[in-house]
Amino acid sequence: MGHRIMVKMVGITKKFPGVTANKDVNLEVRAGEIHALLGENGAGKSTLMNILTGLYKADKGQIFIKGNPVNFKSPKDAIASGIGMIHQHFRLVGPLTVAENVILGSTTSSFWLNKAKINKTIQEISKQYGLEVDPKAKIWQLSVGEQQRVEIVKILYRGSDILILDEPTAVLTPQESRDLFTTLRKMADSGKAVIVITHKMQEVLDMADRVTVLRSGQSIATLEKNRTNKEELAQLMVGHDILEDRSQKIAHKPTPIIKLENIRALNDKGLPGLTDINLQINAGEILGVAGVAGNGQRELVEVITGLRSITQGRILIDGQDFTGFPPKKFIAAGISHVPEDRLGMGLVPNLSAVDNVMLKKYNDKGQKGWFLKYAPVRKETETMVEAFNVKLSSIDSPVKLMSGGNLQKLLLAREISTNPRLIAAVYPVRGLDIGATESVRSLLLAQRNAGAGVLLISEDLDEILHLSDRIIVLFEGKIMGEESPLNATKERLGFLMTGIDNFQEGQAS
Amino acid sequence: MKISLEKRLTPSTFMLVAVPLVSVLLALLVGAVFLVMNGNNPIEVYTMLISSAFTTSYGLTESIVKAIPLMLAGLGVSLAFRMQLWNIGAEGQLYMGAVAATWVALTFPQLPSVIMIPFMLLMGFFAGAIWGLLPAIPRAYLKVNETITTLLLNYVAILWADYLVYGPWKDPEGFNFPLTPQFVPAAILPSLGQSRIHLGLLFAIIAAVILYILIGHTKWGYEVRVIGESPAAARYAGMNIKKNICLVMLISGGLAGIAGMSEVSGIAGRLQHGLSPGYGYTAIIVAWLARLHPASLALVSFLFGGLLVGGYAIQLMGIPAAIVNMLQGLILFFVLGGQILTNYNIKISLKNKENTPKEVG
Repeated sequence: MGHRIMVKMVGITKKFPGVTANKDVNLEVRAGEIHALLGENGAGKSTLMNILTGLYKADKGQIFIKGNPVNFKSPKDAIASGIGMIHQHFRLVGPLTVAENVILGSTTSSFWLNKAKINKTIQEISKQYGLEVDPKAKIWQLSVGEQQRVEIVKILYRGSDILILDEPTAVLTPQESRDLFTTLRKMADSGKAVIVITHKMQEVLDMADRVTVLRSGQSIATLEKNRTNKEELAQLMVGHDILEDRSQKIAHKPTPIIKLENIRALNDKGLPGLTDINLQINAGEILGVAGVAGNGQRELVEVITGLRSITQGRILIDGQDFTGFPPKKFIAAGISHVPEDRLGMGLVPNLSAVDNVMLKKYNDKGQKGWFLKYAPVRKETETMVEAFNVKLSSIDSPVKLMSGGNLQKLLLAREISTNPRLIAAVYPVRGLDIGATESVRSLLLAQRNAGAGVLLISEDLDEILHLSDRIIVLFEGKIMGEESPLNATKERLGFLMTGIDNFQEGQAS
Repeated sequence: MKISLEKRLTPSTFMLVAVPLVSVLLALLVGAVFLVMNGNNPIEVYTMLISSAFTTSYGLTESIVKAIPLMLAGLGVSLAFRMQLWNIGAEGQLYMGAVAATWVALTFPQLPSVIMIPFMLLMGFFAGAIWGLLPAIPRAYLKVNETITTLLLNYVAILWADYLVYGPWKDPEGFNFPLTPQFVPAAILPSLGQSRIHLGLLFAIIAAVILYILIGHTKWGYEVRVIGESPAAARYAGMNIKKNICLVMLISGGLAGIAGMSEVSGIAGRLQHGLSPGYGYTAIIVAWLARLHPASLALVSFLFGGLLVGGYAIQLMGIPAAIVNMLQGLILFFVLGGQILTNYNIKISLKNKENTPKEVG
């Protein structure tokens, strides 16, 4: 039974208007293994899994589940075949309890709910796989890691034996990720097939048994974990060798650009989002902010860019008090912002590239009077597109037609074009391929070297350690500590991210 | 057979034109069913409707007369719609504009025409603007749903106008009819030749041109476009959304106010009960059909004006004019449904061979 083939996808091809997302892809997953699906964003991993879960229909190709050919008409058919997927964005109902969420959509339950029995089953599953959840807790009360466990329990409850996880570690701390890997291993050991979608090579080496690499919609290779290494995987993913460019860190005299004094702010729910933040960002440095998503990063960036009002404290820019000023003043003072939600906040999807560049230009010196002057902005857009190698059909077509990487390049180009004093970059490389990631990172470094301050929010500790001059860790809206990248370790940061400050009790300022 | 929707990369230009045309045809078709059920010959009725509105010079000029308030109010609501502000209060804003203009005409009958008309215009705009601003403030600062508040304010405005014409402003020589005394000649908008087409047409055209330039070429218009498309991006770019909500609703209401002013000053010559046959509501359909574009708004207003004129004509055949309201509703219904065709491709595949499992096992 150890080598029974659970999933076999042969010659899968899927076209969307304008792109071929999957081209002749083959995948084979065995019972009892953790199979990683590795590839850059846009390599076709999600499309392939959406086909496997019945969300999309392949144009060509055949799927076999446990040896039988299948033809899924809807996700319901896939679920019936024992396939369960844990999406990156959880599909949970906040006000309901864990148990209620687990039975949601399960077809086996009768009209009357036998709560005691359901709870008991959940507890059994929890115990067997080390997934600690309280069936009676409400979803909104749970942390992201706990919610993920509920998603897994939900799928196990349905009796799925083929589990797919989409970028499961994106929202987890290093410790939580390790726990997750242990759980996944237990599931594989019990004869289930586990598929993990990821673009992190280290993760593949940490937990997978085998890995299938996708590149530009094609399956490139399937390898045994033990017979490969990071370099080979990277090369397969990108198609060429990657230059590791470690930039030197230049020491600067600390001249503060922005200073936050005793800041408190509320989050969107009206609860304390930031508590007693004291922070200074200097010219010519990158300040990295580590933390699990949702611990005040968004609130911090919005305070610094003037988008969120504060309930206590002062904001100083170049020594001048900006407390209570509208966002417009922050922009005029040279605060640039690369937001997390690029297409929702940083760019307007239905407007053209020119109109989107205009977004940060229409109030500057070049635009006097009531009327808009498009000519200079057009020219600037053309220059940006060329300099940053942005691929688009026309600078007059809506930006929603552009790919994620090109959107981010255009956004960054615009934010840098204003000669900012400070750039607040939130997850700047999320979803970008390796090439684009490298160019975004070197742009941020170039800005730092030119004397701008950079606030870098990232979920990737490697990136933070690599780029930052100083690192702070946010936990529940508080700064847990400041570290230097020279002597900070991932473990130390990981502990701070979970709010544990064991080995430096006395030093917290 | 399998039918599936595929999103288009860019909206289809062909469909942009075809959908409204086909919608009108479908609306006429469905309307015909009801006419047949009522024992009428739909071809006769439609011939009457169209010929009376668009083939005689009287019909044509009357269609333009009806188009004036539709266009002014339509421009107003289209501006609000651009910012995703669902102002369905044009009817009330129109009435308030009419009331304010009437107040000027009745209070200062001695004013010469050159002062009287601009003064009435200004007050008409101002009153409509206030009526638009009233729901805008709670919308901007407390997120109170403007759809409900603008709608409810319609009834307030209409009842307020009714109170005036039934009470303090009632014409003492009007045989107890709910209307004010006739305005002095100086308060009447000049009209074109023998027709009832009045200066309001010029107001509407100027308003359309100004709005077109404002939206497309000014900083403020750019802000309106960005806020309408994405409030989050607008805030991110430092735009003051609250201020713009108030400003847009103010102008939106003001334009409907001018429609009311030109109705009392150009057509009725007085304020009266039932001044508007629902221009403010029809304007919503007009704005939507014209895709909020000022130029196409003029055309659609004219067609809908004609529909109203034709509606009066078919009453002579013993058919309720309400059939016209039904047609308006049907047209909007089909246009909204048809919009899916502009944004999506519909794929119909008769066979789905490639997806059936093959023999391999």
